[in-house]
Amino acid sequence: MPKLDLVGAINLALAQEMERDERIVLLGEDIGLNGGVFRVTDGLQKRFGCERVVDSPLSESGIIGTSIGLAMAGMRPVPEIQFEGFLGPAYDQLVNQAARCRSRTRGAFTCPMTVRVPIGGGIHAPELHSDSPEAVYAHTPGLKVVMPSRPYDAKGLLLSALRDPDPVIFFEPKRVYRSLKEEVPEEEYTIPIGKAQVVSEGTDLTLIAWGAMVSECLEAIDRLPEEVSIELIDLRTIYPMDVETIVNSVLKTGRAVVVHEAPRTSGFGAEVSSLIQEDCFLSLEAPVQRVTGFDTPMPYYKLEKAYLPDADRIVAGVRDCLAY
Amino acid sequence: MPRKTVYRAEVEYFQILDEEGRLDTELAADTLSDGDVKALYEQMIVCREFDEQAFKLQRSGRMGTFPQNKGQEAMALGAARALRKGVDHIVPYYRENPAMFLHGLPMHYVLLHWMGDERGNAIPRNVEMNALCLAIGTQTLHAAGIAWAYKLRKEDRVVLCFFGDGSTSTGDFHEAMNFAATLKLPVIFCCINNGWAISVPCAKQTASETFAQKALAYGMPTVQVDGNDIFAMYKATREAWDRARAGGGPSFIEALTYRLGDHTTADDARRYRPAAELEAAVLRDPLPRTRKYLESRGLWDESQETKAQEKAKVLVHEVVQAALNIPKPSTDDIFDFVFEQIPESLAQQKKTMRTDSIGEDPTQIGLKPPTEPGMTEKPKAVSH
Ligand SMILES: Cc1ncc(C[n+]2csc(CCOP(=O)(O)OP(=O)(O)O)c2C)c(N)n1
Ligand SMILES: [Mg+2]
Repeated sequence: MPKLDLVGAINLALAQEMERDERIVLLGEDIGLNGGVFRVTDGLQKRFGCERVVDSPLSESGIIGTSIGLAMAGMRPVPEIQFEGFLGPAYDQLVNQAARCRSRTRGAFTCPMTVRVPIGGGIHAPELHSDSPEAVYAHTPGLKVVMPSRPYDAKGLLLSALRDPDPVIFFEPKRVYRSLKEEVPEEEYTIPIGKAQVVSEGTDLTLIAWGAMVSECLEAIDRLPEEVSIELIDLRTIYPMDVETIVNSVLKTGRAVVVHEAPRTSGFGAEVSSLIQEDCFLSLEAPVQRVTGFDTPMPYYKLEKAYLPDADRIVAGVRDCLAY
Repeated sequence: MPRKTVYRAEVEYFQILDEEGRLDTELAADTLSDGDVKALYEQMIVCREFDEQAFKLQRSGRMGTFPQNKGQEAMALGAARALRKGVDHIVPYYRENPAMFLHGLPMHYVLLHWMGDERGNAIPRNVEMNALCLAIGTQTLHAAGIAWAYKLRKEDRVVLCFFGDGSTSTGDFHEAMNFAATLKLPVIFCCINNGWAISVPCAKQTASETFAQKALAYGMPTVQVDGNDIFAMYKATREAWDRARAGGGPSFIEALTYRLGDHTTADDARRYRPAAELEAAVLRDPLPRTRKYLESRGLWDESQETKAQEKAKVLVHEVVQAALNIPKPSTDDIFDFVFEQIPESLAQQKKTMRTDSIGEDPTQIGLKPPTEPGMTEKPKAVSH
């Protein structure tokens, strides 16, 4: 079985699905000959041609807007937005158009597309290349939001997204792109959208994270004393959230800490925390804690380490929660 | 029913200083003096050295991603020279360091920006320009707005806005053109056609033959010039500037130049750019061209060149040291500029550098932290 990084796993999933489904069209800035600025689409234009792997003009609104049209007309567009910061110009098309397409036409038109977007900080990138806006899109009814934390999941989740009848935003944590390799089967497999994964089982406290924060959580667990038993959940899909997995875990542990890079206020952690409060109230031993980015713009990279939650801050949050 | 042509237009192109350093003296009349050209050439040398050192800073791990300016010096300097420093306003993109320096931005600011430090964006009060813009196209609307303010306040000031060929595909660009033209705003739109938007060649960016002609659709005067020609850039911009000051509204300039480097240090142009194209572009490099001109006029020689190079090295070395030696910003800086008055909840985050359990963590309220290994006071988790 080949060992692939996140980039390789996504590339493989795209290639295999393009082979299987002729309706798939990739479009975005620099995704063709250049293979995308992160090389995620490397080789695909050569293999599938310029008609199916399109170097689009520099226009995010155009990329998403035309994808909507392609999707309405029966294609399966896979637009790439080069960095999450550039979802801005596409916001109207994505939020006010794509997300509402099915609903406002009572299903007469649908918008199946997978919007691929690198996300998050930690790679010393410039301004608007390090943000974590997942909550914005999770707050948009009609969009599904997926964020794998590892290559194996990325392939399985991407296949599900590509086959989903509705628009899916597929966030790819940049920090993970090249940071870890694992065995990724050639054979087809899917991971359902909306299913979280229990990464490690435990009985004292539930840690919930997604994207690049999953490995920070693993590191935090390593640093905690051995007798502390932590259950780590990788959400994998932000929306629709896997309520069952979270609730079952917190019913068992009685304590929960949510970790994300995005700012705290109205971050997706607030949603997770609220859900736990609603469904696990009588089992809770402590208030749900949030270890997150601060309520500020993502600072330029000299200060990004101070901004991003790391194992130390996660350990501190876990200790607080356990000591309550 | 009559059938007739209702619109017809042409786009003018001009070059004043050719690749061999030969000047069209007629077109050059009332443009740059010998002294001007010499000073601008010296500035080009400084900027090229800056570019080189910035590249090295990135390669040696002391700076993040950097977009080289190499090849576009005449474009930026010629345009900026046509404006009044400290009076007119520059709205840059991210590849016009020479224009920013000419209008007084301390050079190490640009390094700070790319070193991941917002202090590089804190444009000093007396310097008339915006900070670098990475959100492509957005700055064109800001430029229109600034020009609008000048117009409303009847200030005799002009805005010069830079953007790339790629930027012309954004909605913001078209909206800016339309606002500026309909409101007759004193703004100059300088489109830097350097052939590429990362890996996307102009032919994929637009089906128009020129970028200049896009302005026609908005009813805006437009011209295409050789952007590696310091005279042409100056002249085109000066004419636009005159028009703006006379109440004639905005103008468009398409500057034909070339990105001699990779898109940024994170890019490898060999993946998509034919080597021959680069080789040909090197022959149009604005630096040797300007030098040839100066030499042909007896204004420059080898020893002056050596001296200028050495001076540039010393200067840029100091600039690099200034950027490297600045103390690291404190974590307070993450919080202090979000609002004029920091909200209470944010002040808490600033104080504790935590987002969890504010007020509950004993260390945050001055009590002893939970004892390290074992954490004996940890209550047992109970399920109900
Ligand atoms: C809104 C937006 N989309 C995408 C990007 C990523 N990006 C950075 S530079 C660039 C190409 C810009 O090309 P051009 O306008 O020609 O300027 P040049 O780099 O050639 O100077 C792209 C796509 C961005 N910075 N902003
Ligand atoms: Mg360009």
